[in-house]
Amino acid sequence: MTIDWAHFTPWSALAGGLLIGLAATLLLLLNGRVAGISGIVGGMLGATDGERLWRLAFIAGVLAAPLAWGIFAALPEMRIDAGYPGLVIAGLLVGIGTRYAGGCTSGHGVCGLARLSLRSLAATACFMPAGFVTVYLMRHLFA
Amino acid sequence: MTSALSALLVGLLFGVGLILAGMANPAKVLAFLDLAGPWDPSLALVMAGAIAVAWFGFHFGGKRRSSLLESSMHLPARTQIDRRLILGSLAFGAGWGIAGFCPGPALVALGSGESKAVIFVLSMLGGMAIHWFIERRSRESKHEVRQPAR
Repeated sequence: MTIDWAHFTPWSALAGGLLIGLAATLLLLLNGRVAGISGIVGGMLGATDGERLWRLAFIAGVLAAPLAWGIFAALPEMRIDAGYPGLVIAGLLVGIGTRYAGGCTSGHGVCGLARLSLRSLAATACFMPAGFVTVYLMRHLFA
Repeated sequence: MTSALSALLVGLLFGVGLILAGMANPAKVLAFLDLAGPWDPSLALVMAGAIAVAWFGFHFGGKRRSSLLESSMHLPARTQIDRRLILGSLAFGAGWGIAGFCPGPALVALGSGESKAVIFVLSMLGGMAIHWFIERRSRESKHEVRQPAR
């Protein structure tokens, strides 16, 4: 393994992580909710009106983040290398997978691990290696 | 209404955190997932920082009977590690590895107007809808089986 020191951004990564953790804490204390994005989005289906409003508001906040960022500074690069077929397959897998798993990187990987949930640890121990293996297959084996 | 306003502001903070962390850039996410290439360990620090802060939040706030703006807490009650959790997580991880998007960062990229993020998010919503339809149908069929026995 070789570490890509040129692209390693420890301080912004840590600072961004702290903000994500702070947001998760605030949503718990203020709204009594777990900040799991797939659950917040997927829970829109079949939700009652009262359930739908806070979900929509949270999603609107996430969508507005790049606009708010753009007021103060230039947005950092967002490079999407995947082609359209890859994006469709990836989107379907992420959508179905996170709903069956009951969480994604935020719900299981951050909030669940912070709650010391074994279920979330099991989920994270599956999706992280699955990500590693998929990238290995795509970049190094079938490239 | 105040709970919707707080959800909006917290969502904004969450999204800003994702941008600052580098999570909203799929190329950087894939550089983290590519252990065999030139490896960028940054995202491990994102997770460590987020978990560390959220641990305090859940440790001190998770036992509350009510939240500050709503009368009840809505914490996950499920603890079982079943086939759905495992297979779902494996599928999610595979999708994450293909495009470098998980749900939160995909929404951020959508908000920044990336056309490819539109395709990803629409597919993701389609996947969530497929899950919802399958679950609803299986609930209904269970219901039908149960009825004659009554």
